[in-house]
This record gives sequence, C-alpha cells and structure tokens, in this order.
Amino acid sequence: MSELTDLSISELQAGFRRGDFTPADALRALESRIAKVDPSIDAYLSRDFETALAAAENAAINLPLGGVPIGIKDAINVLGESCTCSSKMLAGFKSPYDATVIAKLRAAGAIPYGRLNMDEFAMGSSTENSAYKKTRNPWDTSRIPGGSSGGSAASVAAREAFATLGSDTGGSIRQPAALCGVVGLKPSYGRVSRYGLVAFASSLDQIGPIARTTRDCASLLNVITGKDSHDSTSLDLPAEDFTTGLGGDLKGVKLGVPKEYFVDGMNPDVRSKVEVAIQHCQELGAEIIEVSLPHTAYAVGVYYIIATAEASANLARFDGVRYGHRAKNPRDLLDHYMRSREEGFGSEVKRRIILGTYVLSSGYYDAYYLRAQKVRTLIRQDFTNAFEKVDALICPTSPDAAFKIGERVDDPLRMYLADIFTIATNLAGICGISVPCGFIEESGTKLPVGLQFLGKALDENRLLGIADAYERASEFANARPRDL
Amino acid sequence: MSSPNLDVRDVARLARIELTDEEATTFQSQLGRVLEYVEQLKTLDVSDVEPTAHANPVFNVLREDVSRPGLTREAALANAPHSANNLVVVTKVIE
Repeated sequence: MSELTDLSISELQAGFRRGDFTPADALRALESRIAKVDPSIDAYLSRDFETALAAAENAAINLPLGGVPIGIKDAINVLGESCTCSSKMLAGFKSPYDATVIAKLRAAGAIPYGRLNMDEFAMGSSTENSAYKKTRNPWDTSRIPGGSSGGSAASVAAREAFATLGSDTGGSIRQPAALCGVVGLKPSYGRVSRYGLVAFASSLDQIGPIARTTRDCASLLNVITGKDSHDSTSLDLPAEDFTTGLGGDLKGVKLGVPKEYFVDGMNPDVRSKVEVAIQHCQELGAEIIEVSLPHTAYAVGVYYIIATAEASANLARFDGVRYGHRAKNPRDLLDHYMRSREEGFGSEVKRRIILGTYVLSSGYYDAYYLRAQKVRTLIRQDFTNAFEKVDALICPTSPDAAFKIGERVDDPLRMYLADIFTIATNLAGICGISVPCGFIEESGTKLPVGLQFLGKALDENRLLGIADAYERASEFANARPRDL
Repeated sequence: MSSPNLDVRDVARLARIELTDEEATTFQSQLGRVLEYVEQLKTLDVSDVEPTAHANPVFNVLREDVSRPGLTREAALANAPHSANNLVVVTKVIE
C-alpha cells in the first residue's frame, strides 16, 4: 500500500470504512508527513494536533467527510484558533467563532486541521506578501506556489494535506492550484457563504476547495454550499449532489475556446500545453468552438479598481480598537489610527487601500469606480453571450508557470497581470476550475501547467463533470513532485 | 511615470495610514503606473451601460426578526488590545 498521505479523500474514506486504518491513523500519518516536508515548503502557519486528534478519535466515519482532515486558509475563522490573514495586523488574534464553512465541515464529520499561509489579506499572486513566511512550490522550492491561497495549494501538492479550503477573489484558488499541479474550484458567487471569511472584496470573494482530484472538490463543495442567514448574498438553491455529474465523458460537450485568452506575452510552452489539452478534449469527443470575450483586455483594470475600492472599505475595520494591532502611546486618535495601520499592514495592503480610497474619493468616483462597474457589466455580458453557444469555456489558468521567488515583488503591475485569465470569472460571478494538464521544463525542472474550465453561474454540476472527464482521461492528476 | 492627480500622502491620510518617505515615493510611482494602465477603460463608450455592483444581484434579503445567540462579553473582548471593566479602552477622543 502506498503511504496514507498519498490517498485522495475518496480513497481515504474507503479505507476508513473497510477498517484498514482509522481517522486517528490518518491524522498521525499526516502530521508526520508535515513534520518531514513542511520545513522545505512552509505552507503551514500553525497546527493544533491534540485538538484534531481528539476529534479524529471520535470521528463518525459514516458522515459525508467523517474523519477527513481539511487544511484551512488563514483567512477563514475556526473557533479558538489563530486567524491572522498572514498579517501582523492580526498577530495573536484568536477566532471567537466558526465560519459557516467550518461549521458545515464539522457537521459533515471533517476535521479542520492547520492554518495555511497566504498573501496578506489575500492580496497577491505569489504568497510572498505573507508577513510570516515564504511558501515554496513543491515542484521547485526556488519558486513561488502562486497565490493568494499558496499554502492551501502547496500543502495539497506536497501530500501534507488531503484537501484544503482557499478563497478566490481574482484567481486565488485556481492560479496556485495550477502552479502547484492540483485541482482548485472557485464556486459561483453566492454558492458558498462568506460568513467568517475575512472580507477582501465582498462582491468577488468566494470560498472553495483545493484537492488532488475533481471528485474530492465535488465532495467538499457538497458540504460547504448552502444558504446562510449570516450572509445575505448566499443563494437559496435546491440541494444538489455535485458528484452525480462525475464519471461521464466529453462526447458531444461543446467547449468554447476564448480567443482573447491566448495572448502575446504568455509563456509559449504553457500555451502549447493548453493547446494540446484542448486537442485532447476534441479527441475525447468534445466539440471545440472558438468564441470571443471581447472585453477581456479590460478585466485586470476593472478588477484593480473594484477590488481595491471594496478592500479600502472592508479593511477600515482594522482600527486598532476592538481587535488587531494598536500602536503604542498615540498622541491622539488620528495618530492612533495612522500608526496602528502603518505598523500593522504590509506594503501591498497599503498600496491597495490607497488605490481604493483614491478611486472612491470625491471627484474621481465617476471616472474610476462607476466606469469600472459599467465595464464589469460588459464583461458579464461577454460570458452570457458565450454560454449561449457552448456548455463551458476551456482556456489556460495562468499565462505562466511558477516564477522564481523575488522575481516580481518590485513590479505590482506585472504581478497583477498574472491574474489575467482568472479575474473576469469573479467579475462575472461564474464558476471555474483548474486541473493539471501537463508540465513544462524550465532550467531542468518540471513545472505544472493548469487547464481552466469556466462554467456559467451555478452550473457547477456540469463544470465538475467536464473537468472530471478530462482528468480521468489524462495522466496528470496522479503526478506528484519528487520527494523532498 | 506618476499620475498628476494622485497625491499619495493626501490619499493615505484619508485612508488613515501613516507612510514613511520611502513608501510615499515608491507608492507614488507604482500606483502612477497602475492608474496609467487603467486609463484604457476610458477608451470604451459606456454611456448606455448600467453599472454592476454585484455579480448575482439579490434584493431585500430578510430573515425572521428573532434574537439569536451572539458573542459573549468575554469572547467579544478577548482580542481587544486594551480592555478594562468589561469595556474596550480607546484612545482619548475629547478634551
């Protein structure tokens, strides 16, 4: 038998039910794996093994995720655990409540285990903006894991987590999943309650799973979805089992290739891997149709106006009064605010709050924020038009593979352009998934490439079915980084 | 290249963030480039387009008006940087 930590969630649960091993065995195996590899990866900020072990020993394995440990991005509140959003602002903060997704995981028998590193307040594409540590890509530890859910993706790839939760505001689940060679799902806006997720941009944020298979993502979505009275934007939808669309094939499925997603300046090797994957889908019976999303080029600009505007309002709560960092010996209240926020926030967070404050400020609101909201309408319409012709879109997740740590830290605009293929999904509120589609070679190392499928809003069942059909027909889901 | 209209220090003060001189200089030029990039939005004619504030518009979401459990006083104060007598201590606001 292979190591326990190599198993997918469905294999793990089958083992529990056959009595091959117990949830406590799985947790112990996981912890020793973390102890072995995390010094090289640095995905985890903290873990509470004793509490998790007590839960594992009492796990009800017949529940939907009974006894399965799930790693949690450090932006999601778990009662009694730290929740820093990888920021000094929240050093020492202990969550006084469970996020709705955590309450749902517990009700399904899962065990939230470990706090995973991220870009500070989810602002970034490389996890280099963490105030605590730099997470490294398991395929090449001199490279970034992607971001902002970099710890959530790297831990799954390094077999030091079975599956994790991340959050995706402009690609923060799908891009790190692509760069680490695992599967990441961004559900449609409103599919999953955001209650207890520290807010970045409320009209874009969505919690979703990262795992080694599409099936595992579907099982997690089954558990975390649902209307929540604590989040008025969560939708009241009929119950669905997202695993029912799995196990099929691609015969007759109409896949649209958005021509704007194959741009000059993207890594040519990444492009050719994605083109081979599209060809493969055609061989598997899919009908490939070229479509146009004409406003794609404006998505990054729209995003960095809307997301920063919303962030400037959301992060106003960090005032050093009720929680969070407070500067010592303030002269007066203004000095208290200004120094608490100067000392607590890192550079990228300050940059975005300033940009967001500017685009909302008197005299500039119409020129920036209102205009961006109007272009957002055009971007949504592009997708609506495309989905009249096709069942899903197929495209790259990221224009590049994992880049070197430090390579882009001084050039925010270049970093922002790394999200060019994922951002429009959030602006439109639709769902998207990244699955591994091969490797490119750079300076002698293999780096994973992600294939992205995009589905119309609330069409997760079909989207997961398509991703699963491709994943089973390709050999990449079982690839793992060489051992560390 | 920096935007003629963006005064980083002025906006940072609105956002209640103190900046070092070095931060002010770096942010001024970095955000200038970002603003220059978003200028491309001005090439589109959006005069007849409605703005989108939310991807999935839902309106007038109501719940039953009944009380439900909230945080205890202890839990609410547990993360406060400074508390006393079951209250959060704040920096003096009035003379």
